Amino acid sequence: MASGTLAKPQMRGLLARCLWIHIVGAFTVSLGVATLYKFGVAEPRKKAYADFYRNYGSMKDFEEMRKSGIFQSAK
Amino acid sequence: MLSRAAWSLVLRRGGPGTRGKHSLEGSAPSERRMPPYANYFAQRSYPMPDEPFCTELTAEQRALKEKEKGSWTQLSHAEKVALYRLQFHQTFAEMNRRSNEWKTVMGCVFFFFGFAALLIWWQRVYMFPEKPITLTDEWKAKQLQRILDMKANPVQGLASRWDYEKKQWKK
Repeated sequence: MASGTLAKPQMRGLLARCLWIHIVGAFTVSLGVATLYKFGVAEPRKKAYADFYRNYGSMKDFEEMRKSGIFQSAK
Repeated sequence: MLSRAAWSLVLRRGGPGTRGKHSLEGSAPSERRMPPYANYFAQRSYPMPDEPFCTELTAEQRALKEKEKGSWTQLSHAEKVALYRLQFHQTFAEMNRRSNEWKTVMGCVFFFFGFAALLIWWQRVYMFPEKPITLTDEWKAKQLQRILDMKANPVQGLASRWDYEKKQWKK
């Protein structure tokens, strides 16, 4: 009919291909996000808490707070 | 989809289309009624309307419709295109063409943002009452000092950013 015929388009398996792409994509994205969160947020937070409490003196902390005058029961 | 079918039904009953059919006369251009004077509304989500685009056919077009009832392999390319144009107003490519409407929309949106901002500015100058005492700078400074004294969120939060020896924010 036309002088330059087009290539025959994909006729079958369109939904299956779409689903496959989205399954793979969903796995990749969720694993990627989880990994980034673990190494970007969770690990630094654990380290920050460990560092804070390594040399923490609770009585010293309390004395500082008491001196600044915020307590009503311990002046 | 259902609303589109209902809408086309409404139009068929007695919308502008029926009036348009009687008032337009004669020559070839008037056979193609432009929307909204047609009982024909196609969009990307409802591409196959119930009625064909041209309902008033010349003798030539009627002959073509008769030929369409036979085997389609007998139709030439030009005849197939003509039949398409009788049935549909635009091709998919024409129907789905881009437009510059988004620029108008964004322009109007930003204009009304600005207008609202001007209104609120006027209200601030002429209408708003005095700030409550808790929002004055003096009170807020004393409040912040109290929070730092309590060492709120000392690990990663506010108090962790304050240098207690030098009494300033950490760099």
